[in-house]
Amino acid sequence: MKLELRGVTKRFGDFTANDAIDLVVEPGTVHALLGENGAGKSTLMNVLFGLYDADEGEILVDGKPAGFKGPGDAMAAGIGMVHQHFMLVHPFTVAENVMLGHEEVRGPAKMLDLAGARKRVNEISDRFGFHIDPDAVVEDLSVGAQQRVEIIKALSQRAEILILDEPTAVLTPQETDELLAIVKQLRDSGTAVVLITHKLREVQAVADTITVIRRGKVVGTAEPTASQEELASLMVGRDVSMTVDKPEAKPGEVMLDVKSLTVLDELGNPQLRGVSFDVRAGEILAIAGVQGNGQTELTEAILGVVPTTAGSVTLDGVTLTGKKIKHTLMSGIGFVPEDRTEDGLVAGFSIANNLILDVYDQAPYSKGGVLKPSVVRSEAEKHVEQFDVRTTGVDALASSLSGGNQQKVVLARELSRPLKLLIASQPTRGLDVGSIEFVHKRIVQERDNGAAVIIVSSELDEVVALADRIAVMYHGKIVDIVPPDTDRDTLGLMMAGAHEEDAA
Amino acid sequence: MSDDDKNPTTPKAPQGSDVTSSADRPKKAAESSVLVGGSDDGGDAPTPGVTGESGEGGEPTTRSEDARSMLRQITESSTLVVILAIVASLIIGGILIILASEEVRTTAGYFFSRPGDMLSAMWNAVSSAYSAMWNGAFFNADADSFSGMIRPFINTLTMATPLIFAGLGLGIGFRAGLFNIGAQGQIIMGATLGAMVGFMWHLPPGLHLIVAVLGCALGGAIWGFIPGILKAKTGAHEVITTIMLNYIALNFLAYLLTLDAFQRPGSDNPQSPILDSSSQYPQVFGAQYPLHLGFFVALFAAWGVWWLMERSTLGFQFRAVGANPSASRTAGMSVAKSTVLVMVIAGALAGLAGSGQILGTQPSLTTGIAASFGFDAITVALLGRSRPLGIVFAAILFGGLKASGPALQVQAGLPIDIVLVVQSLIVLFIAAPPLVRFLFRLPTPKNEKEVAV
Amino acid sequence: MSAVVEASQGTAPEPSPEDAPVTAAKRWRTPIILGVVALVSLIVFGLGSKAGETTSFSISRASDFFTVDTFTLPTRTTAIVASLLALALAAYSAWAVSQSRKTGWWLPVVFGIAVMFALLAWAGGGRGATDIQITGLLTGAVVLSVPLVFGSLSGVVCERSGIINIAIEGQLLAGAFLAAVVGSATGNPYIGLIAAPVAGALVGMLLALFTVKYWVNQIVVGVVLNVLVIGVTSFLFGTLLRDNANLNQNLGMADLPIPLLSKIPIIGPVLFDHNLLVYLMYAAVGVLSVMLFKSRWGLRVRAVGEHPTAADTVGIKVNRTRVRNTILGGALAGLGGAFFTVASGLAFGKEMTAGTGFIALAAMILGRWRPSGALAASVMFGFAIALKDQLGIIGSPIPSQLLAMLPYIVTIFAVAGLVGHARPPAAEGIPYKK
Repeated sequence: MKLELRGVTKRFGDFTANDAIDLVVEPGTVHALLGENGAGKSTLMNVLFGLYDADEGEILVDGKPAGFKGPGDAMAAGIGMVHQHFMLVHPFTVAENVMLGHEEVRGPAKMLDLAGARKRVNEISDRFGFHIDPDAVVEDLSVGAQQRVEIIKALSQRAEILILDEPTAVLTPQETDELLAIVKQLRDSGTAVVLITHKLREVQAVADTITVIRRGKVVGTAEPTASQEELASLMVGRDVSMTVDKPEAKPGEVMLDVKSLTVLDELGNPQLRGVSFDVRAGEILAIAGVQGNGQTELTEAILGVVPTTAGSVTLDGVTLTGKKIKHTLMSGIGFVPEDRTEDGLVAGFSIANNLILDVYDQAPYSKGGVLKPSVVRSEAEKHVEQFDVRTTGVDALASSLSGGNQQKVVLARELSRPLKLLIASQPTRGLDVGSIEFVHKRIVQERDNGAAVIIVSSELDEVVALADRIAVMYHGKIVDIVPPDTDRDTLGLMMAGAHEEDAA
Repeated sequence: MSDDDKNPTTPKAPQGSDVTSSADRPKKAAESSVLVGGSDDGGDAPTPGVTGESGEGGEPTTRSEDARSMLRQITESSTLVVILAIVASLIIGGILIILASEEVRTTAGYFFSRPGDMLSAMWNAVSSAYSAMWNGAFFNADADSFSGMIRPFINTLTMATPLIFAGLGLGIGFRAGLFNIGAQGQIIMGATLGAMVGFMWHLPPGLHLIVAVLGCALGGAIWGFIPGILKAKTGAHEVITTIMLNYIALNFLAYLLTLDAFQRPGSDNPQSPILDSSSQYPQVFGAQYPLHLGFFVALFAAWGVWWLMERSTLGFQFRAVGANPSASRTAGMSVAKSTVLVMVIAGALAGLAGSGQILGTQPSLTTGIAASFGFDAITVALLGRSRPLGIVFAAILFGGLKASGPALQVQAGLPIDIVLVVQSLIVLFIAAPPLVRFLFRLPTPKNEKEVAV
Repeated sequence: MSAVVEASQGTAPEPSPEDAPVTAAKRWRTPIILGVVALVSLIVFGLGSKAGETTSFSISRASDFFTVDTFTLPTRTTAIVASLLALALAAYSAWAVSQSRKTGWWLPVVFGIAVMFALLAWAGGGRGATDIQITGLLTGAVVLSVPLVFGSLSGVVCERSGIINIAIEGQLLAGAFLAAVVGSATGNPYIGLIAAPVAGALVGMLLALFTVKYWVNQIVVGVVLNVLVIGVTSFLFGTLLRDNANLNQNLGMADLPIPLLSKIPIIGPVLFDHNLLVYLMYAAVGVLSVMLFKSRWGLRVRAVGEHPTAADTVGIKVNRTRVRNTILGGALAGLGGAFFTVASGLAFGKEMTAGTGFIALAAMILGRWRPSGALAASVMFGFAIALKDQLGIIGSPIPSQLLAMLPYIVTIFAVAGLVGHARPPAAEGIPYKK
């Protein structure tokens, strides 16, 4: 089955997410769609999958125009999609998820044929060696296993074109390799695979054809033999270096000391299992690891968002364990949360009010419980200028800002207090290259001002670029702390739980 | 209603539109749509001067476009939607009145021989109802004295008093992200405690009133504290707990009224002794008008709530927690504390609504003491978009509808329940501007604003 | 390729034993609550009743196959024994928690029966000839639970698809109204019974219109629709029905005892000697239980309520499903509304549902969004109401107003997580926007 997109355009209000995109996907090939975050890749695939209506252009399947009114039509035409955010119903079993939407039923009351669904899951699972139990409840499965369920779901519909949207974002390097092997296997069996990604390494590993998208437009195609530098400059529109310019670190005294920190979740399952490390003033400790291995809990435990059951956190000699968030923030911790829209900003508040979210009850913004709107405004204007927030004014709502500018607002707020420790989780997720460079620069600057810095990132490139030391987390523990020049394969194996000695 | 313009426009053009769909942030969507006031920012001051500032963010308009854009603004503005919503509700109410009219039905029997009869019967039914409503609520032009003419409006303000108090309480909750359905129970408990102060204690004039008012506030506050602490400690949803507490309060009051201490001497009905007059709000325009001091206390409370929400750090915290609890928590605010405080303040205000009844118009405790003020206040807070000024106007409007009950009964022979119909329709229509625009064939605004109710 | 082979050994580690859930403090809640209730029962009902008094219980009706005589028990001993049984069950529950064992559903049921028995013994003590009518009590529980069951099923059907239905009260009232009017107009209560769901469905349609099409907050719409229905029905009651008394008559539906089954003592009169609406209730619970969890319809509905985007990506029409379910839910509640008028032989009265819809909402939550759970919770509330009436007859030591609070208090405890944790459908209350 051959798929062709001609002049597909999709607009959101005044914003053109896809601008006259042409694309041809041949059967039995892997077609990589390469582009930065926000370039319009996912929008394009959602158009293709019938989730969005295109404003212009057409989609052809085997040369015939196909008008997909919804995902159902796309699936019927043989297109399957594994979304970046899995489309799995958590309390359902694997079999129920796989059968959903095209259930085999028995009798006049259309009772579910669960046995049939189980059989189908087992068939596909065995064919690719997935080891998925059809009766397992999805929410109990690991992220990697959930992704395999998604693939089973698509294949059970006899998909001839499989779209994988940023499939490796949540996988370890080794799981990624496994997935890429599956992709090759699928290709060899005649399936066309569209791989949406911004990771050059993966593209080079499996792609037969590469289409690069920037700012909603196709800016070129490339052969898999193209070098990383060539692809990268095509993707971002200029030559980029993946390294961050930073002077040698001058570590001082131990600023943060974490000792056998243990955190349980609501059900009593351990999320952190006795984590110990320290960070010195003037150094960046980057925490690497696949998402969901305790990084979030670690940062939140230091801040005091989640209660700890054992261990201690000491900042500059002062114990913070069990203290309220307000207290830890005011002791000199800056916190850039992983999910800025959820935890970092109040979308319905103005920029000015977002900038005082943590200090609204302190001088000079208020006195005796009364706010001083003029001070709030003038301080906000200063910050907006300093951090180069592109906005119509400090009264604009935070929700009106782009991701990069939202992140700048969060940074501006967190860096406006005198800091002993800066914790930044996924500080550049979803940002454009310009904002990434800005954020990196400010983080390094904070380090050079003498703060201890913890960076949590699932992007290995970012970790390597920023870190003075790298701590790798796996399964709620720190596997090891290694120097930043440790090679990728070693880091990858450590992210899967192997110790450095074993990994190397 | 200038606040309406500040509803959040949906960020339809997110730069990061690679981020798939609305399902990514289902929680957010829910929160933003729960927020009854819409965007919780920029409610900076109800002073007229501020509006000019907000234009800063908008696109510049050229002079030549001014006339057209002004027209557009009128047709698109929410104020128009509010007015049309009221018109549409009155029309539907009118249809119901026609359907229920005996005269219309009789004349319909011979419609084809004398159609005029039926049409005039229809007109009579509707016009007598709505003129009775107007006369009973705002201005009675038929009265033979000035005092008779303005008496309806004075009644309306009296009736609006509990609605203002309770509406303010609910409005604070809505803006702080709490869906408090419990004003009814809070009014009952406030009135109960206030009544106890009023007829059990005999304090000197002045002091007695103050203590009784505080008693009302305390009773409501206690009844607000319970769902607040339950939500903060266990996450129990306030919609459920407050509904349940309404019924508990009612049954509790019914139980109290069976006790000897609450029995009025010489009466077989479950009603308490009449409160000492020293504990009642004085009537401000003399004995011939029912309007009492409580109304002015309510206006003062409206100002106080405005100040609290817009000028105080506590209000900042309430609004932040309401708009995004997890970001507020990460910024060091205590969501639990905010929840409990908001519910206590909301309960205290609802308790004061009870004072409007027990210390104002009905100085004896019965199970009907709260009437339906607690539920009406929900519609008041919604219509007033949770803003103090809006709530005061909405309360006066709905207070007027309620006050017109006797006139409706006497002049038009209709039960007061038609008021509930009109009232609920107004709120429904205002919550769904696209529906109103569809009904009146208005153009869709350029930037469709998200429904914020 | 070599990397792939190497790597496959390092991934997907089996969860180690230390992953096993640690016993959290929460799990001790149940035994603690049971223990406290049992102790209160022992002190108040057991030790609080006078020695030497007796309580009479009557069970049979004359029409049963065989009759059991009214039996009389010593009040104090009975209450103490029942309370001790309850205490033993609480202890067993504590033991089960310490052993990380699960106790079956029977435990709270038997516990409840024991405490109720203690209460009845205490309340009926020393009343001489006045018997505690056990059969009457249970029959009352079943009958009074009818509108609660239909109402909570309405909630289940709506909320499983992601629409919060606060308008159950309005749907019940609309059903009660239309059933009375249509039944009276036609002179046939069964036609009224058919009309009732139509009225409820209309309210459901309004709910769907505003929540699905216009994205208005679902709680707001529900609350306002209740006011609207109260307004419309009360207005028409005060005009149309006042002027035309023949449109609002006391109709009744005959009981249809099921042959043989209805003759069994206790079970017969309690379950199998009712009018059509009660049997429809049994059917509704049974059919919905099966359909929701075993059929294609149910799978899709639950998917829409849990993860609408996922449902959409496999071609399920999310909003269409929600609209249909909201209307179906409205119809169910409307049918339940017929209980108040044609099925009880009563004329329509202003605001006659008096908050039943909110208790139904509570029953749905207590029943954890399952038809069977909703049934159990509704019957429990029905029992509480019947008990109140029964104690009113024998002259109870507990004021009826305080007893009337019981369902509401239980519900608050339930939502506060003190009676087990409930997880609502994940996408509940969130409009689905594409």
